[in-house]
Amino acid sequence: MTGFKQKDIISIRHFNKEELLSILDLAQRMEQTDSADLLKGKVLASLFFEPSTRTRLSFESAMKRLGGMVIGFAESGSTSASKGESLSDSVRIIEGYCDIIVLRHYLEGSAQLASDIVNIPVINAGDGANQHPTQTFLDLYTIQKTKGTLEGLTVGFLGDLKYGRTVHSLAYALAYFGAEMFFISPPSLRMPRDCIDELRDRKVKCHESESLMGISKRLDVIYCTRIQKERFADPVEYEKVRGVYRLSKTLLEEMGIKEDLKILHPLPRVDEMDDSLDTTNYAVYFQQARNGLPMRKAILAAVLGAIV
Amino acid sequence: MKQLDVSAIKDGSVIDHIDSKSTLKVADILNIQNEEQMVLVGINLTSKFLGKKGIIKIGGKIIDQKEVNKIALIAPDATVNIIKDYEVVKKFKVAVPDVIEGIVKCFNPNCVSNHHKITPKLHVINKNPIKLQCHYCERIMNSKDILLI
Ligand SMILES: Nc1ncnc2c1ncn2[C@@H]1O[C@H](COP(=O)(O)OP(=O)(O)OP(=O)(O)O)[C@@H](O)[C@H]1O
Ligand SMILES: [Mg+2]
Ligand SMILES: [Zn+2]
Repeated sequence: MTGFKQKDIISIRHFNKEELLSILDLAQRMEQTDSADLLKGKVLASLFFEPSTRTRLSFESAMKRLGGMVIGFAESGSTSASKGESLSDSVRIIEGYCDIIVLRHYLEGSAQLASDIVNIPVINAGDGANQHPTQTFLDLYTIQKTKGTLEGLTVGFLGDLKYGRTVHSLAYALAYFGAEMFFISPPSLRMPRDCIDELRDRKVKCHESESLMGISKRLDVIYCTRIQKERFADPVEYEKVRGVYRLSKTLLEEMGIKEDLKILHPLPRVDEMDDSLDTTNYAVYFQQARNGLPMRKAILAAVLGAIV
Repeated sequence: MKQLDVSAIKDGSVIDHIDSKSTLKVADILNIQNEEQMVLVGINLTSKFLGKKGIIKIGGKIIDQKEVNKIALIAPDATVNIIKDYEVVKKFKVAVPDVIEGIVKCFNPNCVSNHHKITPKLHVINKNPIKLQCHYCERIMNSKDILLI
């Protein structure tokens, strides 16, 4: 696992194709082998200045399952940050208590700042609307596992593409694998122009539309995201949009889809995916959430140098 | 002796080949109102390269590198001439550096660099046209987004 030892995991942009493939491979091995003592004696500081369920719990569980220990907090209300301590001071002090930091913070760039300050590895578990690289790793892992390959897929991104950091990062990563991409969203939540430009610069075939109609049959993967009510000034607008981007088994089968279509969602969902999908072979979002564990075990083991 | 469009200075710096429209901005960045000696500003002078150009002559001052970097962001074609005893003794083109620290601030209000006492740092990912990427939040800024500190 060269390339990961003592490395910060800040942004998907810092990883090339080979590194991505090697961490996916390690996640696979983590599912198969017993690794209960791999990180014995190591301490993870789990610093969540902003709430999270899946990311925080899967990191903490991964650390414990590898025999390590966890310190930290789940919201900043009870910490010195609430007394006005700067993030820089906080991480400088906490560095002395642990071997690795997992950080979620509402300010964009906070993980980069932390990693510039401390000497131990920092893992970005979400910095505002910017990056959440380990989510992208596990999204890739889920696609690879359920499709059998990452190469040459046709992927549809659906929902809030403007604010969805998981979409931006996954699209960036899939560009390494020759994906063709469809971005399907209401006009007000389109994929940011600079993301599209960057993808096109990297020779990705990108298409934008407002509906799945006419596209659905071509897709190997749908990556669905939540449309947040808060993004709309006008509640009527929200109601309109919400209906259009609601996937159900009947809707999809009427429009026509590939038999082996897989649907991912970073969760939590509101009602953009009907329960009727849950029991179909298309739905892989619960598996995706479970994949957080082997992937985060792989990341912790690789970064802490327990795997060679 | 050749006739100068804007009069001569004995010692100092001449910033030549400024994009005419940016001249006053350059003057502002260089804080010329605080100069003690003579400062001359010319706008819409004819230029072989630019059609119209701006020029700023600052008496008694040798411009330093950091200030030159600031100019490079809005006047990428500018030339700096150092004048000693009425003669040009040194001439260099302004150059956009690879990393810009403490000159431009990130335009993202949610960026950590706008909330903590840290020096903004931007990577120059393209020089012409200028494109900057924030070291912290990764946002990309074009010339219209650039906010000088
Ligand atoms: N003593 C001086 N006082 C003020 N300005 C001066 C003085 N000497 C030269 N300059 C100005 O400095 C600039 C550079 O002078 P220079 O004689 O090198 O001209 P040039 O050959 O046209 O240079 P370039 O190729 O950079 O345009 C010109 O704009 C000129 O008008
Ligand atoms: Mg000339
Ligand atoms: Zn920034």
